[in-house]
Amino acid sequence: MAIPISYNIRNLRLRKGLTIMTALGIALTVTTAVFLFALLAGLNRAFVTSGEPLNVLVLRKGSTAELTGGFDASLLPTLKNLPGIAKASTGEPMVSGELVVVIVLPRKDGTGEVNVTVRGLMPAGLELRPKVKLSTGRWFTPGQREVVVSESIHKRFSDSNLGDSIHFGKGDWKVVGVFDAGGSAYESEIWGDVNQMASDFDRQGGFSSAYLRATDPVSADALKHRVSDDQRLKLDGQLETEYYAKQTSSGALIRIVGLIVAVIMAIGSIFAAANTMYAAIAYRGREIATLRVIGFSRASILISFMLEALLLSFLGAIVGILLMLPFNGLTTGTSNQVTFSEVIFSLRMTPAVILGALAFALVMGLVGGLAPAWRAARQNILTALRG
Amino acid sequence: MTLAGFVAKNAFRNKLRSILTVLSITFSLLLLTFMMTIWRGFYLDKGSAESAQRLITRHRVSLTFSLPSSYRQKIRSVPGVVSVAPMNWFGGQYKDDKGENFFAQFGTDPTEILKVYKDFKIPDDQLAAWQHDRAGAIANRTLATKYGWKIGDRIVLKGTIYPVNLELTLRGIFDPPEPANTLYFNSIYVEEAVGWAKDKAGTFAILADSPESVSRVATTVDDMFHNSPQQTKTESEKAFQLGFVAMLGNVKAFILSIGMAVVFTILLVSANTMAMSIRERTREVAVLKTLGFTRGSILSLFIGEAVTLALVGGILGTLMAAGLAAVVSKGGGMMAALRMTPGTMVTALGVAALVGFISAVVPAYHASKIGIVDGLRHIG
Repeated sequence: MAIPISYNIRNLRLRKGLTIMTALGIALTVTTAVFLFALLAGLNRAFVTSGEPLNVLVLRKGSTAELTGGFDASLLPTLKNLPGIAKASTGEPMVSGELVVVIVLPRKDGTGEVNVTVRGLMPAGLELRPKVKLSTGRWFTPGQREVVVSESIHKRFSDSNLGDSIHFGKGDWKVVGVFDAGGSAYESEIWGDVNQMASDFDRQGGFSSAYLRATDPVSADALKHRVSDDQRLKLDGQLETEYYAKQTSSGALIRIVGLIVAVIMAIGSIFAAANTMYAAIAYRGREIATLRVIGFSRASILISFMLEALLLSFLGAIVGILLMLPFNGLTTGTSNQVTFSEVIFSLRMTPAVILGALAFALVMGLVGGLAPAWRAARQNILTALRG
Repeated sequence: MTLAGFVAKNAFRNKLRSILTVLSITFSLLLLTFMMTIWRGFYLDKGSAESAQRLITRHRVSLTFSLPSSYRQKIRSVPGVVSVAPMNWFGGQYKDDKGENFFAQFGTDPTEILKVYKDFKIPDDQLAAWQHDRAGAIANRTLATKYGWKIGDRIVLKGTIYPVNLELTLRGIFDPPEPANTLYFNSIYVEEAVGWAKDKAGTFAILADSPESVSRVATTVDDMFHNSPQQTKTESEKAFQLGFVAMLGNVKAFILSIGMAVVFTILLVSANTMAMSIRERTREVAVLKTLGFTRGSILSLFIGEAVTLALVGGILGTLMAAGLAAVVSKGGGMMAALRMTPGTMVTALGVAALVGFISAVVPAYHASKIGIVDGLRHIG
């Protein structure tokens, strides 16, 4: 027969101070873990949700990123005539030759300068990215020194309000709109007209990359191979989604440091939890013996104390998750090792993160509670009753 | 029995509990010390004496834009400049595109780079061999060991920024003061293979005649190119490196918040243990009082006990952190300079002692205040 769980709950309540302190210790560990998990979840999302599956990104052969791409503008007409490309509203093939450069902008809070990606696009470039929506203002006009900035850039950098001027290249650029990239990698970019940008950065006659929109997934795949296999072009095609999936490696440092921190803190908390459980058992030696005399088996005592440890860590996990909740959605940035510019992402407490944190805490309770519960179940009834 | 002996005996009389507490503090302090080491490496470390004399000049807009090679002669004419060498980031792939096979590769001028980095140790014959081979390269010892390179080995780097694959021959192995994995080759190789790379340099490494002239050189260089199409930004080597740390994100806040969480956790754990062990000993306190121990000495007994436990945990933790730092720094990259200093260790132990002290104050105060009769009657 099992010992009712209300026995454990009452025991935890009896030693309030001890319970609260131990649970708080676990809570802090869980908070740290949730913070790190959420950071990684947000970072992954920035890359995984980036890119349209129908878009084929064209780079120079051997180049791994748009920033280091670079090919001659004369190749663009050849790309435009490839079969399988969707037509834009104007009837033109949906192909955008683009220029990507990195500039330095000062952070609004004055904590230093950050590399920001500036992208020059052709009008088709806006159309082939339907997920990117304008939230205020309007898109830039081709031929004008105008830019639209992402919402994150708008929030994090000075001079990026509607009507402001950002200085880069050879002069000022007027901010005419703010776009919402839905947490994708474009969330960290500034967009403007490709020809204007090319003359500002002395890059006329060349593009960093080109985007082709295919009519359907099958022709996207065919298009990608057609670009790569054409010996004259010396270009490489890949799906835009594939390109961004490769960049998730940018989170490697955060992942490694995060893992080290979480594991070390967890080990510390396991010892603390074990300590509390040993104390709980030491106080209750006679009580446990009495339970055995009444007829509860060793197994049910073991289970009961394990449950108590799990309950304790569960309490800690809940407190820890609640402590972290106000920080959900907090945006931050890190450097993208592929594009060499800042990638902006937000802390995301997804259900997976919360479940992961709960599991993390329960494992701590399980490991910390096992040895004490084992001791409780194995103790000698007679000595315990006498003690 | 001395007071210290009494404290030590009491600290470890419930062995299991003391060991668990010490271990818990150990791991928390391991983390804290590790974070402090990173902080020190990033923000407080001034680098070697030579590093304090070095500057890096780059394009003002960002590192991804290059400067004309002709700037080198102009920079050389600035008073206070001893040597200037170009440093062109090649960013090629060795073997495959995996992150673990990535290391820094710079195209440079073999005749001058080691005059700027004069703290790099290389045998004279190897340096001469490199200077005579246009397709030669030198690498630091850790990197050479990692791939088992020997002098004369061929190293092929696949270009990603430049459309060229370099076929280099290792001519020398150098020992830098800090183990950052780097390979240097002659920039002429790329300039001859790629048309648009000709007469361009990514950055210039400058050696100034003294640490004092560094800031003056920086302003003079930047002012000199202020009205040219390619403006420059010149900063000390340390500031240049900090720029990369800043790009990682808000590292300061990250380290601080984890440090706070850790300190608070140790405080909880240690306060918990002290509260438990003091409560158990209420009757003993009363006995001690009957024997004539004053409130003050009882208070110091308990506090001494807590501080002892915390310090034992602290010593174990800092030692483990020193080991961890040594392991992580082997990984190279930004963490290569990670090293534990006695200062960091002492600070960590100070934190441990302080936490032990704070954790014991409240329960010890309550214990010392208890009346003798009540204490003796206490069952618990």
